[in-house]
Amino acid sequence: MATDTHGAETHAADAAHAAAEAGMPQLDFATFPNQIFWLLVTLVVIYFVLSKIALPRISSVLAERSGTIMNDISAAEELKLKAKEAEEAYNAALAEAKAKAQQIAGEARAAIQADLDAATAKADAQIAAKAAESEKAIAAIRDGAMDSVKDVAKETAKELVAAMGSTADGRTINAAVTARLKG
Amino acid sequence: MATEAHGSESSLVFHPMDQFKVTPLFGDGPVHWYTITNVTLWMALAVVGVILLLVVGSRSRSIVPTKGQSVAELTYGFVYKMIEDVTGKDAVKYFPYVMTLFIFIVFSNMLGLLPLSFTTTSHIAVTGVLALLVFVFVTVLGFVKNGSKFLALFWVSSAPMAVRPLLAVIELISYFVRPVSHSIRLAGNMMAGHAVIKVFAGFAAIAAISPVSILAITAMYGLEILVAFIQAYVFTILTCVYLKDALHPVH
Repeated sequence: MATDTHGAETHAADAAHAAAEAGMPQLDFATFPNQIFWLLVTLVVIYFVLSKIALPRISSVLAERSGTIMNDISAAEELKLKAKEAEEAYNAALAEAKAKAQQIAGEARAAIQADLDAATAKADAQIAAKAAESEKAIAAIRDGAMDSVKDVAKETAKELVAAMGSTADGRTINAAVTARLKG
Repeated sequence: MATEAHGSESSLVFHPMDQFKVTPLFGDGPVHWYTITNVTLWMALAVVGVILLLVVGSRSRSIVPTKGQSVAELTYGFVYKMIEDVTGKDAVKYFPYVMTLFIFIVFSNMLGLLPLSFTTTSHIAVTGVLALLVFVFVTVLGFVKNGSKFLALFWVSSAPMAVRPLLAVIELISYFVRPVSHSIRLAGNMMAGHAVIKVFAGFAAIAAISPVSILAITAMYGLEILVAFIQAYVFTILTCVYLKDALHPVH
């Protein structure tokens, strides 16, 4: 490139070249064979580089990538399905466990209730027996008290009569007190 | 490049076209067909770029791509999708050809944007050959695949009978103009942008204008990056469209 064509005019002796010097180098037909030759060489080289190396390689990479993506997508789909199944199994197990727990709780509650009922009945019976016994004792005490009252009344009456200065027959007093007590 | 040897002190000197000169790399002799020139150098650099991007970039073949591999895969996917969408699923066997064209043009265009570089795709000789390759390939493929039915491309069966011959002539002309427009579009775009940048650069010799000139160059450079990619894209998509005509010549 650094060679400017000062000497070329004397050298080349080419009319077309001289004409092109003034105007467009594109129309310098003397250079056409050179350009066309090198162009064809270049095109052939590029064509072989592309068709033998570059294009098959890139297309295989692209195919491989789309294959990998497809595989990954289908694997993901499969895993998703599996996850769903697992979730369903988990839910079923959970429901079963809940039902079982409820059943166990119910059974336990029933057993406790039965025990409680039995204990209550036993306690009731004991209480009833104790109450009857107590009532009997109270009645006995009351009867005893009544007798004591009679005795005390008779004694008191006898004493009162004596105090008033008269004597009375014991039997009479007793009869009178008994009559009074009967009301 | 090595311009402005002749008196640039006195007045502004523009040599916007010097950057397109084909010169031998070694010595100063005439340019034979086999001479190693700047064309050879920059085409070789394009090949190196292609290998770096698509071969070295994808060497790890990893499922999770590295940066370089991502770019290589993006380029692959971009062109693959283009041919699949525009031409059809049955055309993916021509993918290596289309990819070769695209990757060569895009690398040449981008390398041409480096300062002091030589833009191989700014030459009509190069783009003309590229376009002719497509034209010949598509035409031969059309006849091989469809036989004489390929001529249905020129016979607009949806038009009234009376206009069909006229339309056939127009279609035929437009068919043969394809390689011309195909090649000149690419070469013209590349050449124009580079020449404009060079002209702006020439103005930078005047101190007062130089800031504006530098701004203009920067803006043009941004635009040229866009153009470099878009022109490669346009060339490739048109190739796909022409291929579609060859495979399905229904009008």
